[in-house]
Amino acid sequence: MGGGMNLNMNSAESLVAQILGLSGGSAKDLAHLHHLLKQSDDLLLSSDSPPASLLSQLDPSVHSLGYLYILEVCTSGPISKEQSGEVALLIARFIEACKADQICLAPDKFISVCKRFKDQVLLVEAPIRGVAPMLTAVRKLQTSSEQLTALHSDFLLLCLLAKCYKTGLSVLEDYIYEVDQPRDFFLYCYYGGMICIGQKQFHKALELLHNVVTAPMSAVNAIAVEAYKKYILVSLIHFGQFSTSFPKYTSSVAQRNLKNFSQPYLDLANSYSTGKISELESCVQTNKEKFETDYNLGLVKQVVSSMYKRNIQRLTQTYLTLSLQDIANTVQLKSSKEAEMHVLQMIQDGEIYATINQKDGMVRFFEDPEQYKSCQMIEHIDSSIQRVMVLSKKLSTMEEQMSCDPLYLSKVGRERHRYDFEDLDSAPHKFNI
Amino acid sequence: MEDEDDLAGQMMDESEIYSNGDGAETQRHRPIISGEQLDIEAYAAMYSGRTKIMRLLFIAEQCDNVSMQLEALRMAYDEVKKGENTHLFGEVVQKIDGRLGPNYGPDSSWTDTVDHRAEQRKEKLENELNAYRTNLIKESIRMGHNDFGNFYYAHGALAEAFKNYVRTRDYCTTSKHIVHMCSNAILVSIEMGQFTHVTNYISKAEQSQDALDAVTSAKLRCAAGLAHLEGKKYKLAARKFLETSPELGNHYTEVIAPQDVATYGGLCALASFDRTELKTKVIDNINFRNFLELVPAIRELIQDFYTSHYASCLEYLENMKANLLLDIHLHDHVETLFDQIRNKALIQYTHPFVSVDLRMMANAFKTSVTGLEKELEALITENQIQARIDSHNKVLYARHADQRNATFQRVLLTGGEFDRDVRAMLLRASLMKHEHSLKVSRKQH
Repeated sequence: MGGGMNLNMNSAESLVAQILGLSGGSAKDLAHLHHLLKQSDDLLLSSDSPPASLLSQLDPSVHSLGYLYILEVCTSGPISKEQSGEVALLIARFIEACKADQICLAPDKFISVCKRFKDQVLLVEAPIRGVAPMLTAVRKLQTSSEQLTALHSDFLLLCLLAKCYKTGLSVLEDYIYEVDQPRDFFLYCYYGGMICIGQKQFHKALELLHNVVTAPMSAVNAIAVEAYKKYILVSLIHFGQFSTSFPKYTSSVAQRNLKNFSQPYLDLANSYSTGKISELESCVQTNKEKFETDYNLGLVKQVVSSMYKRNIQRLTQTYLTLSLQDIANTVQLKSSKEAEMHVLQMIQDGEIYATINQKDGMVRFFEDPEQYKSCQMIEHIDSSIQRVMVLSKKLSTMEEQMSCDPLYLSKVGRERHRYDFEDLDSAPHKFNI
Repeated sequence: MEDEDDLAGQMMDESEIYSNGDGAETQRHRPIISGEQLDIEAYAAMYSGRTKIMRLLFIAEQCDNVSMQLEALRMAYDEVKKGENTHLFGEVVQKIDGRLGPNYGPDSSWTDTVDHRAEQRKEKLENELNAYRTNLIKESIRMGHNDFGNFYYAHGALAEAFKNYVRTRDYCTTSKHIVHMCSNAILVSIEMGQFTHVTNYISKAEQSQDALDAVTSAKLRCAAGLAHLEGKKYKLAARKFLETSPELGNHYTEVIAPQDVATYGGLCALASFDRTELKTKVIDNINFRNFLELVPAIRELIQDFYTSHYASCLEYLENMKANLLLDIHLHDHVETLFDQIRNKALIQYTHPFVSVDLRMMANAFKTSVTGLEKELEALITENQIQARIDSHNKVLYARHADQRNATFQRVLLTGGEFDRDVRAMLLRASLMKHEHSLKVSRKQH
């Protein structure tokens, strides 16, 4: 049957006819169409009629698969800057309209089209135009919300460039467990970390950056290095300290190399641990250029201001009341006015519990008013328990799957054999399982 | 009824606070030793041998008072001349630098005679030892090495002396010999400041099969105490000094005077013991009381500390400080010990109260309110005092941690951590799986 069809496939026009005929049909029809399309790349390229005219005969929301193949050919050639806007619009419309089940038959084509879309959007310097379509693309390509697609990192990059941090967060809220390409994963975590930093969600940012730093890697890469630098800074801002030791599951490559690339940052963490503003400031001054070339100076400034906060917070552990002047003296602020601003800001952000008595310039600190008795709190705890239970179930399923995985078993089996025999005999053995 | 009792208790406490402060001297007429200069002659008389000279030299080096310096050097000069250590003699002369007149200058005729005698003696000892070696008489060889040790020790060659004393070990036939060897090794090691050797040889001596006599075991305790003190293990040091039996008497003056046992032991105990330990192991310790009687100031200040008369206790300490800083073993630790004692006093003072008036407390500790605030702040930060300062009203309030809230907090935190860790782990597993399948597929192609 395939051969017979091929005879008819002599022109682009007849291909369009096939698309029109098979797109609306059953899964079997679609599979057949896919087969035809795969063989027709050359045909489309060599066709006399411009592929763009073919597109006009198709409806992207009905003939998504065919449209995708032709669109891919359309956009594969060089595109002038004037055309960029137009091409971007064309792809954006397709992304909005296309059917997820059809494009999922040819994910590679879809990814390549979307990546071109990103390139065009960046070329016309309008990243914000790419944010919404790219989000749709990610959602349409995903088979489950736990899957990391090749488009995640591009989407987050567009969000970053367009400063649409909130839209970015909506994707970051999904928990990712399935990863195909380590590079996609590294970029996803790195850009994601930056978006969370932009939204001051330092906890989440740390989690993402931590994933990059501790990910298995066989060679040190630039993403991990930059992530490590930001990881140090965010740790200081969020926890007020940084431990230079890596968790033991960190790859040896990372353990050996990351520190060498981040000396100024480690120095900063060191001077932070002294608790003295003056030392921190002088460390910032000496390394200012390096921070600037790394585009981290803004974060470094946040590190400095976090130290004031940290020192004020420490006072709440010790004092019930303290004058603004004493606060200014202890945390090395210039005036009591400045201390007042800091305290006020911290009260507003819920970082300390206190009242300021402006009449005699006294601050009264309170304990955390949370009594863990409210319904809300109970609900929060309950949901945490549920979350952990789901996670724990997932863990055991994964373990089960893993212990049945032939690849895993063969690897473990091989290693065990090698190990056993080496103990007994130093002569090399080879085993095939 | 109960309320009334409480009230009475509180009032008593309050009067106690006042008596801590300014009432101390008027109520209890106690001789407080003044911070007057150390009586060097009396001090030196407590010691013998090399340590006497070394202690005098140490005083000369540490104190700023020139007349005291010269006094110490003069006595050191006289003392050195009684012995045979010409090298040390040279040093002393150099330090005096002619400031004590012609009688205390370099005495070349004395040096030459002593050196000459030493040469002869060394030759004689060598010949003897060689003779013993050829005859293979164990006991004689041991004696020979021992003589050599003594000879070197007298001439200040400590390392050589140590070697020779240790060499006798192979020729020891009775456990008494071994103990003797150990004591010599300990003595030289203390002089050299090698306290790891001291600890080693103490344990060797204590392993001896025969029971040690009271004096020897007291000596070993002292040496162990010194070693712990040097290692800043004040609690262990205090225990060793407290275990020292009064049989020690003046038998160990080449290392330590019984007064020192009281001082070292007392201060270390104050700095490291809690209240009950202080009571049972120090105040009720009949053995140690014998030592404490020798240094009434220490006895008094321990008593003051225990009865919460901190002002008087700290005053005693302050008065002793200058002299303690001149002690060859203690001077490095004076500051640390004093700080620890002071912190302990502060902690104990606040312990029974729900609220403490900082002004009264500052009075009791003879310090300013701001100074006290800083000290308390440090202690609270280190979690040594569970309290918070009301800096406005100058009151310290005890703070009782809410177990329930703390538990909730910890639970939520742990849950969050678990959540994060597991997800990170699943991700890593996924990456590794991918990497592995990549490798496999590469191999297959």
